[in-house]
Amino acid sequence: MASYGELLQQGAGSVPTIGLEDARTLMDGDAVFLDVREPAEWDLGHVPNALHIPRAQVAGKIQQAIPDKSTRVVVYCARGSRSAVAGAEMRALGYEHVENLIDGFNGWEQRGLPTIVPSTLPEAQRRRYSRHMLIPEVGEAGQRKLLASRVLLIGAGGLGSPASLYLAAAGVGTLGIVDDDVVDESNLQRQIAHSTQRVGEAKVDSARETLTALNPDVDVKTFQERLSSENIDRILGEGWDVIVDGADNFPTRYLVNDASVWHGIPVVHGSIYRFEGQVTVFSPGEGPCYRCLFPAPPPPELAPSCAEGGVLGVLPGVIGSLQANETIKLALGIGDPLIGRLMLFDALGATFTEVALRRDPNCPVCGEHPTITEYIDYVEFCAAR
Amino acid sequence: MSVVRIPPTLRVDTNGEREVIAEGENVRELLDDLTTRFPTLHGKLEYANVYVGGEDIRTRDGYETEVSDGDTVILLPAMAGGAG
Repeated sequence: MASYGELLQQGAGSVPTIGLEDARTLMDGDAVFLDVREPAEWDLGHVPNALHIPRAQVAGKIQQAIPDKSTRVVVYCARGSRSAVAGAEMRALGYEHVENLIDGFNGWEQRGLPTIVPSTLPEAQRRRYSRHMLIPEVGEAGQRKLLASRVLLIGAGGLGSPASLYLAAAGVGTLGIVDDDVVDESNLQRQIAHSTQRVGEAKVDSARETLTALNPDVDVKTFQERLSSENIDRILGEGWDVIVDGADNFPTRYLVNDASVWHGIPVVHGSIYRFEGQVTVFSPGEGPCYRCLFPAPPPPELAPSCAEGGVLGVLPGVIGSLQANETIKLALGIGDPLIGRLMLFDALGATFTEVALRRDPNCPVCGEHPTITEYIDYVEFCAAR
Repeated sequence: MSVVRIPPTLRVDTNGEREVIAEGENVRELLDDLTTRFPTLHGKLEYANVYVGGEDIRTRDGYETEVSDGDTVILLPAMAGGAG
């Protein structure tokens, strides 16, 4: 058996070479690119659709990998030495059209020619998220973003249930849930994160159990407390990319709004009543805030809660899922989020209607000259109407 | 003549109707006509945002915003519910 040095000398003389630009024109054709570098080098990036056989294994594996010896093969390594050897071995085995890529992958990369970085997600995650990774707009890079994202859900009720389930399933890495309530029998008609045997349990614990059973990748952080001016800075201070607002009362809505403007965190807003839902995204600095839309809450007799007026069980499923959709888009940075647009869903008419929302330059919180710059008494503010 | 979409919280005042017809050259006339037809709406409409052709009247001419025949007018109140 010839030594590597001997092979190198033979190879250098016997294998035709091909330049970077000429090789590039072969990318979309029938030619095969063969990468003979070590696995650790391959893992850092390679020519798209290349075949990978480390140099020492080429002689043993090439005939199985490329049975047709008339195939045009561009063989490359980092700088062109190992590939010269591999090429010589292949020619000795009868491969007729082997060319050694001058300057190798290093030159290819420096020239800015197309490369891809192969998956480094664990196999189990690649299987779990395969349907995401097949979508060009998501892909492995997008899935990594989701896994690194942190989303805070206000409420683990009607909206928070479907929203958190889909976010957990999507692999949003950290989900925070704020809710001080316990599971009640009357919740189960719509709050699908909970279940009959968990009646009486804290909603945050029940939701955590459901979400981690669905996807153990997700770190669920629970806040079993009622959101207030006193605790909101501490909770938001843990650092969140998106807030999903599924609160069930006006004081919390206004509190979440003001805090999100001051913390600069986008809010995916959903609200529901009987057969109708509203969804929008309030993104500080980019679009209106909740106060631009509704400067003040309506008097209580005109704004009954779902506990008072009822809600179709499936409605939060629709609206909460739309909230999850907007949240995932924000986390991935894709698509057109519902910023400056409010989507209305009418379950009876089965219609979606969109209205335009504009930033109010006189908004007391996000306007040009804000007059509210610290937390107020939100219960009093909402009761005063 | 315009179609006005009635939000769920106000349907108790419109005999349960989700959409009603109202007349008026502008939003003010339209809402006055609506209140004439459904008197218990009196005092409640000012708490709803009003959209004509999908645009908030506050970004147009407020209650003087013109309404054309066939326009859909949406009344949109704040809803707190997250189905806690």
